Amino acid sequence: MSVKSTAAKPRTPRTGTRGGAKRREGEPELVQLLTPEGERVQHSEYSIDLSPEELRGLYRDMVLTRRFDAEATSLQRQGELGLWASLLGQEAAQIGSGRATRPDDYVFPTYREHGVAWCRGVDPVNLLGMFRGVNHGGWDPNENNFQLYTIVIGSQTLHATGYAMGISKDGADSAVIAYFGDGASSQGDVAEAFTFAAVYNAPVVFFCQNNQWAISEPTEKQSRVPIYQRAAGFGFPGVRVDGNDVLAVLAVTRAALEHARSGQGPMLVEAFTYRMGAHTTSDDPTRYRLDEEREQWEHKDPILRLRTYLEKDGIADEAFFAGVEAESETLGKRVREAVRAMPDPDPMSIFENIYADGHALVDEERAQFAEYQASFTDSTEGH
Amino acid sequence: MATMTIAKALNEALRKSLETDPKVVLMGEDIGKLGGVFRITDGLHKDFGEQRVIDTPLAESGIVGTAIGLALRGYRPVVEIQFDGFVFPAYDQIVTQLAKMHARALGKIKLPVVIRIPYGGGIGAVEHHSESPEAYFAHTAGLKVVSPSTPQDAYWMLQQAIDSDDPVIFLEPKRRYWDKGEVDTEGIPAPLHKARTALEGTDLTLAAYGPMVKVCLEAAAAAAEEGRSLEVVDLRSLSPLDFDAVQASVEKTRRLVVVHEAPVQLGMGAEIAARITERCFYHLEAPVLRVGGFHAPYPPARVEEEYLPGLDRVLDAVDRSLAF
Ligand SMILES: Cc1ncc(C[n+]2csc(CCOP(=O)(O)OP(=O)(O)O)c2C)c(N)n1
Ligand SMILES: [Mg+2]
Repeated sequence: MSVKSTAAKPRTPRTGTRGGAKRREGEPELVQLLTPEGERVQHSEYSIDLSPEELRGLYRDMVLTRRFDAEATSLQRQGELGLWASLLGQEAAQIGSGRATRPDDYVFPTYREHGVAWCRGVDPVNLLGMFRGVNHGGWDPNENNFQLYTIVIGSQTLHATGYAMGISKDGADSAVIAYFGDGASSQGDVAEAFTFAAVYNAPVVFFCQNNQWAISEPTEKQSRVPIYQRAAGFGFPGVRVDGNDVLAVLAVTRAALEHARSGQGPMLVEAFTYRMGAHTTSDDPTRYRLDEEREQWEHKDPILRLRTYLEKDGIADEAFFAGVEAESETLGKRVREAVRAMPDPDPMSIFENIYADGHALVDEERAQFAEYQASFTDSTEGH
Repeated sequence: MATMTIAKALNEALRKSLETDPKVVLMGEDIGKLGGVFRITDGLHKDFGEQRVIDTPLAESGIVGTAIGLALRGYRPVVEIQFDGFVFPAYDQIVTQLAKMHARALGKIKLPVVIRIPYGGGIGAVEHHSESPEAYFAHTAGLKVVSPSTPQDAYWMLQQAIDSDDPVIFLEPKRRYWDKGEVDTEGIPAPLHKARTALEGTDLTLAAYGPMVKVCLEAAAAAAEEGRSLEVVDLRSLSPLDFDAVQASVEKTRRLVVVHEAPVQLGMGAEIAARITERCFYHLEAPVLRVGGFHAPYPPARVEEEYLPGLDRVLDAVDRSLAF
């Protein structure tokens, strides 16, 4: 993508507020290039110039991602998945940042980065294996430089930092992006990742999707300052971007990755967004948050605002929108069928891939278990 | 007597402790308005307020580390770890500080901290939500480790753990949270660290704790149909472990099978087998057998039924023991 964004210069941590569009009453300061009403605005530090095709591409990405996500939610309700962590509402944060990465960059996701996975070329069907309970991962991380989902909160930020340290050692110009949540920002691992990244000037972008909630706890339970400001104490820049504005997210993440790539070290991006759904399908948000809050965020919907812009500026026509709609139907159908066809694992797979070089005890237990299983079958047949 | 689930019994125990001791505070992720992901603290935030029922930042090392500080200041923190697999960020605080501080201070300070951990599998969850980490804790001197298997024990053992001046790792069998049973809230509870004979028998002893007690009782019922009389000992406490009770049972039945979900390799069963072999060598008709998890990561949900020791695996071990 020929995205022109201002590469960051080395300097003191930025606030992300200077030169921004005028802040609305009661709204947080953040970088925005497309208002909730679908109006293009300029920002003095971050800019973007996309072709109509690229703009339509972002729209298509978000719609297909949302469709996939909705399909997964309904598959969970039908009992085909054990659990689903919906990304509803966070499409712009994920598509904008995911599309900012280069193929040689490396992505370290949490468990909710379905949109980023999409951008990286991971088949969405493969994301569903762990939620169905047939595996713990289901894709080869090196195929798309997209690590497996990490459930233990914050762990992956250290892995991302280490990977970035490796890139530096190799003298390569790739960058790493580490996803994490507002809740995760409290974890010791995340603070340690910030420390290591700063000390080693590692080419890593810490991308925090502040979706306002960590299960039932609002962000205020995690931090007294806006999360992006944390970076200052570690000595690298932090910026807050409107996480529901795909253009701003793309521009800011592009700049942050460029910052890392060009030897200027880590950067923290806080994408200010909202978890429109429950934490996961096991969660019941009515116990802890008000519907009104969700309603307010509905007006900031990432897909709607881009669509408004595309329509208003004549960048996309009805045929395009209908095409994306049809494509999303096809995707939904494919995902549905593929998930239903996913077989349960062979019980003997319990003993697979535990060690790279094998292990005597595993071999012994595998043999015993096979014998046990066989005896069971024999005795059933004997009856 | 009241009939309630294990979840409700734990909830009632926490309520009782909050009522009777103003120094008791609950800490954990999502334990406030949500009432915890398993609703064990349901209603407590509303009734006791956020000074007593504390929604913490998402940081387990922080939770346990600050619980230690609160204990030093005279509080009795009861920490909730959301799932077994998420206790490890706090493992350093638990092992290097919580367990050792009393000894380090030559007994001058006490650490009455309870760490509640829903543990074990069988709920069809994703990774890190089904583990049985008890051996890590029982291996550490300075920690007490207990696990109830009934609502009655859940109700009393949690209160006893909170009353204890030692740190207690309180393991809750999450797949049994919704099992119901009678709870006598008036009587005198059994001592915290004593085992309980869940079923009397003469031919073989099954020793288990937490979620596997139910499986063992089912196995005993199945064996009874074939004319075999199994004794089931619910260990209840893993550190200290009531070896006297196991010994007494084995001296009667002469055979022992230890059952747990946790991997067999260096698990509780290994310790029990070694000590009971020392104590009962001339009484044993068969080696002590163990039924448990494999030396493998806890598998994906759709094969956990195969991984978890169930009725058949227990009966298979019973057959093998009786065949000696
Ligand atoms: C170490 C650890 N502790 C607790 C959990 C349980 N848990 C899963 S998600 C979550 C909240 C995460 O919130 P946040 O980081 O904001 O990410 P979000 O889910 O909002 O995307 C918690 C507490 C966990 N997975 N790992
Ligand atoms: Mg969050």
